Amino acid sequence: MNDRGSDMELTTQERRKERLDRGIKVRTEGIYAISSLEEIGYLILPRLLLIMGLLLLPALVSSLYWKRVISITCIYALLALGFDFLAHFVGLVSLGGAFFIGVGGYIAAILNKYLGVSPAFTIPLASLLGATICTLLLLPALPLRGVYFAIVTLMYPLAISRIIEALNILGGTDGILGVSGFPSRWIEQYLIVLIVLVALFGLRRLVNEDIGLVFRGVKDNDQAVRASGLNITLYKSIAVFIASGLGSLGGAYLSHIYMWSGISQFALDFSIIPIAATVIGGGGTLVGPLLGCFILVPISEFLRAFGTLRIVFYSLILMAFIMYRSEGIMVYVQRKYHQFERWVKV
Amino acid sequence: MGKGVKVEPILQVLNASKSFGGVQALVNVSFSVRQAEIFGIIGPNGSGKTTLINCITGFVKMDSGKIIYRGKDITNRPPNQIANLGITRTFQIMRPYYSLPAYKNLIIPLFSPRARKKGGWRGGGKLGDRSTVSIDILEEIGFERDSFVPYKLASSLPTGYLKRLELARCLALKPDIILCDEVFSGLSMSEIASMVPLIEKLQMDGITLIMIEHRLRELFRVANRVMVLNFGAKLTEGTPEEVMEDEKVKEAYLGSEKLLDYTFEA
Repeated sequence: MNDRGSDMELTTQERRKERLDRGIKVRTEGIYAISSLEEIGYLILPRLLLIMGLLLLPALVSSLYWKRVISITCIYALLALGFDFLAHFVGLVSLGGAFFIGVGGYIAAILNKYLGVSPAFTIPLASLLGATICTLLLLPALPLRGVYFAIVTLMYPLAISRIIEALNILGGTDGILGVSGFPSRWIEQYLIVLIVLVALFGLRRLVNEDIGLVFRGVKDNDQAVRASGLNITLYKSIAVFIASGLGSLGGAYLSHIYMWSGISQFALDFSIIPIAATVIGGGGTLVGPLLGCFILVPISEFLRAFGTLRIVFYSLILMAFIMYRSEGIMVYVQRKYHQFERWVKV
Repeated sequence: MGKGVKVEPILQVLNASKSFGGVQALVNVSFSVRQAEIFGIIGPNGSGKTTLINCITGFVKMDSGKIIYRGKDITNRPPNQIANLGITRTFQIMRPYYSLPAYKNLIIPLFSPRARKKGGWRGGGKLGDRSTVSIDILEEIGFERDSFVPYKLASSLPTGYLKRLELARCLALKPDIILCDEVFSGLSMSEIASMVPLIEKLQMDGITLIMIEHRLRELFRVANRVMVLNFGAKLTEGTPEEVMEDEKVKEAYLGSEKLLDYTFEA
């Protein structure tokens, strides 16, 4: 390194940080050479920590109120996973969290209240039906990129909640009351934690599969994907189906937790908090947005004590993160974990 | 020259016209290309060469005219359909997937319907997976198999490798026709020297090449026939020797006798 430093650098900066990858990766991302128990531990430890943490959380928290906060956080985490997947692996910036939650929530409520389907079936049905409806409605917007797609996804929840209000359909402003709840509190708590874990590891696997590489190709360079003989609208709609399916699942779950479905499920919180969580947690890591949700949502609950000042504190926390750790927690943590760092004299 | 060139045209362009606003990018351009031929397209900057490729591959919709591929009208079909017919292209401004390693860049074309059908199970023959196939293709195109180069991120590769990667992306589709948009530009003389045998090998394999090129000396070494465009219209067409002797071409190209410097080296 010594010979590289020019005279300019020598005077302004006497040392620099050298970063070395740990020698566990072979040639490229995703190929590991594991030769000892330590190295297995090195790979498994962070994953185990996350899984055990999430599984223990509902058992460790005693108050009913905070148990429910955990479930709601998990629903936000599903949205954040979907957002991160669309934004960083497919190149679609979606503000459709509220849209997905609302559609899933209403479908689950209608299926349960009017058709008498039990929650064991409404949740998967609402996820699939909701994902289909959301994907079909967003299909005309799929050729749009960047901010234009975001605007369309933002428009739908606003429009649908106004339509329900104005036409007084689906329970109007009262919403659909009397949706059945979960048979036990433990099922309510653990099912959503398991769903979040499956969604997280499933998506992480997906983006490294061949079809996941196509998604990432669409983000990097959609014209080259078309020249490679692939229909980008098809792959974008598959990706939107996956993300909106996760969102609708969360919405259906929400309806059964509160035993109610209403136009507040189209509230903008569901669009905004996942984005904030992705900024804090680190975009493109998938696990980051999940951790972001587990930081942001509880903080926002703590701040309820401050009444309307809550939003001010909330904004300050967000601003601090954007200014001092704009890369996000997980990007920072992963770098520290996977690389040796040392100071070298320039 | 002329090894394995057959008579029947594989691709015909009939009266292609395209205008962008007031600019006539293409005016009634017609030509036909035979199987396993190297067909050069030359012309000054802004003469409509890239627009022509964009029209053939469906990236730009033509105003009028027809494109016939193996007797079938493929005019204005979407790019992915045309690529699946075996008509592939490289981009003048290279378009790799920068965030992926070089060999993973090829998994995307290997995932296409055409490559899956032609390559069998998982696109990698009987038992192979796509990563293995893509490393094979990269080796064929000049990436050293046992070096770390195929595993490097595309964003960290030099221009020479990126140009090869563009060609490799076409090869992954098992193409019949490759439209090369300036594969030689930006390369050093030695890099070009190593590219030329590659191009000749593709021709030997029966692949038709349509090459847009500014490096005339190198193009004339490999091309069977050359077409000259100027202001979107076709000036002339013929063997490299005929084209070079054409007075109109000299005038359009350089307005001088400088073209004579690019003597044909047989």
